[in-house]
Amino acid sequence: MNKATNVKPYQKVSKLAAIVLHTIFIVFSLACILPILLIVAISFSNEKLLTLKGYKFWPDEIDGSAYHHLFANSSTLMKAYGVSLSVTFIGTLLAVLLIALYAYPIFRKDFPFKKIFNIYLLITMLFSGGLVPFYLLYVNYLDLKDTYVALILPGLSNAFYIFIARTFFQQTIPEEMIESGKLDGASEWRIFFQLVLPISLPVLATIGLFTTLMYWNDWFNSLLFINDSEKFSLQYVMIQMIRQAEFFKNQLAGSGVALLVQQSVPTESLRMAMVVVSIGPILFVYPFFQKYFTKGLTIGAIKG
Amino acid sequence: MLRNIVKYRVLLLMLLPTSIVFFINCYIPMFGVFIAFKNINYIDGIMGSPWAGLDNFRFLFATSDAWRVTINTVAYNVVFIVTGLLLSVAIAIAVNEVRAKLASRLYQTVMIMPNFLSMVVVSYIVYAFLHPEYGFLVKYVLPLFGHSSVNAYMHPEAWPYILWLTKMWHSVGIGSVIYLAAITGISEELYEAAVMDGASKWQQIIRITIPLLTPVMVILTILNLGGLFRSDFGLFYHVTLDSGALRSTTDVIDTYVYRGLIQLNDLGMASAANFYQSVVGFFLVIGANSLARKLNRDTALF
Repeated sequence: MNKATNVKPYQKVSKLAAIVLHTIFIVFSLACILPILLIVAISFSNEKLLTLKGYKFWPDEIDGSAYHHLFANSSTLMKAYGVSLSVTFIGTLLAVLLIALYAYPIFRKDFPFKKIFNIYLLITMLFSGGLVPFYLLYVNYLDLKDTYVALILPGLSNAFYIFIARTFFQQTIPEEMIESGKLDGASEWRIFFQLVLPISLPVLATIGLFTTLMYWNDWFNSLLFINDSEKFSLQYVMIQMIRQAEFFKNQLAGSGVALLVQQSVPTESLRMAMVVVSIGPILFVYPFFQKYFTKGLTIGAIKG
Repeated sequence: MLRNIVKYRVLLLMLLPTSIVFFINCYIPMFGVFIAFKNINYIDGIMGSPWAGLDNFRFLFATSDAWRVTINTVAYNVVFIVTGLLLSVAIAIAVNEVRAKLASRLYQTVMIMPNFLSMVVVSYIVYAFLHPEYGFLVKYVLPLFGHSSVNAYMHPEAWPYILWLTKMWHSVGIGSVIYLAAITGISEELYEAAVMDGASKWQQIIRITIPLLTPVMVILTILNLGGLFRSDFGLFYHVTLDSGALRSTTDVIDTYVYRGLIQLNDLGMASAANFYQSVVGFFLVIGANSLARKLNRDTALF
């Protein structure tokens, strides 16, 4: 028995099998990560060499001019970055608070209206009016076109996360704790904020990180509701840039103008640099994710 | 009743804000489904517009569009569900056999990464491979097979494969983590007993791991079946760059509704397709759930 790794003999695989397994997973891991690295490599490439040699995994010459361009000239991009950051920050805070506020009462065994609010939640998972009524409500009746509210409000309703939070409360918060809080004369608000929330940190973190990712990666609400260039989110600016590039090429192909445009601005590498910049914050929250989210998923898998 | 409302007023107050959000985002739009039966225009509004009976549906199903997008939606979903399941389970079982802790964790970390990228970013990645002039595949891989300069964005027949590959790249890693969590939950004693009886590694997988994973596989698949009429809008809209030339193989109900609503401003058609999707979706979820309930009461959603 191998003491160092604490692996029981029956668990071991043969040497050959181990080699095969590792080979498969190294290949698989590369397949997962290399496409992302291709984008990074293009963003650091020299524009002229790009148009000559195409997109390569290893730039012939490292060139940071795309990034220079990005940060020096691009007020649109900076604005979009600001929009995305604020929407993500405010949206996540609100979403987590609202989820906890709804999950707590429906977890309380003594709460007589528990069932009604459970059903109220469940129905939203079953039936949806779909895109058309949703869009008309936001645009024609609530007049939310070109507002930040239109970017935040849709992400605030998530029945699935509420069920996860409720399940977590059921498993970790003892009835006696709430009882003793009451005996000590604490108000319901105090019990919620000072007793329940601190214990629930793991599930709040899980949901918070998922929500962060959802808001940061959201492009659909911008696509639907935003026309004002001041309020474009980062993802939306990226959508526009990839489409415009195609449009540009089709319109100007062979006219010589395309070449001129290419020489003055490093379009190809610039676009990829923007993608890299947009992935940045995700890689930043990734380690926190990794820690919590297996747990989060496992909790979610248990019947809600 | 009234006494309870007073007694639990604080808890009710806690429920209030989220209830309002659900009312706006989910409940009001539910009542909007009847738009499909109206000849709607922006001036008269939803209430004022005249009724159209089944005209919108007649128009929708008179074109070949309805069947094309339905078939595309269902076919993609079936393939995604089946192959996604097989790949995720296979990977989960294999990762579980990697005994080096550090390597195992590293593989898992990397596998999940694609799932954290937005579909917009994914569309750029696909573009970097398929760009008609500079794309890595076009420039370096296809020439090895004697092809040169192919514009994939003009060839609809290639897209079922491209979209499948993209979808699997984006989702298989995270899917396998769920199965891995289930495998870790299997009691060690079962394997110990099997080893006593002289079972090989392969026999352990076939006789213990897979049978014990089956309930999880069945439930997740059934739940996925509930979404048979919905699709990943980002995948079909961004990764294809919304290219008109690719519609025959890439148009699904969601992209069709979106186009009708935003680009063509054809509210009648869009709302009819929308209604069709919502209603069939509802019955699929109910059906899937009752199937799950029949198989195992505890794992049904409701």
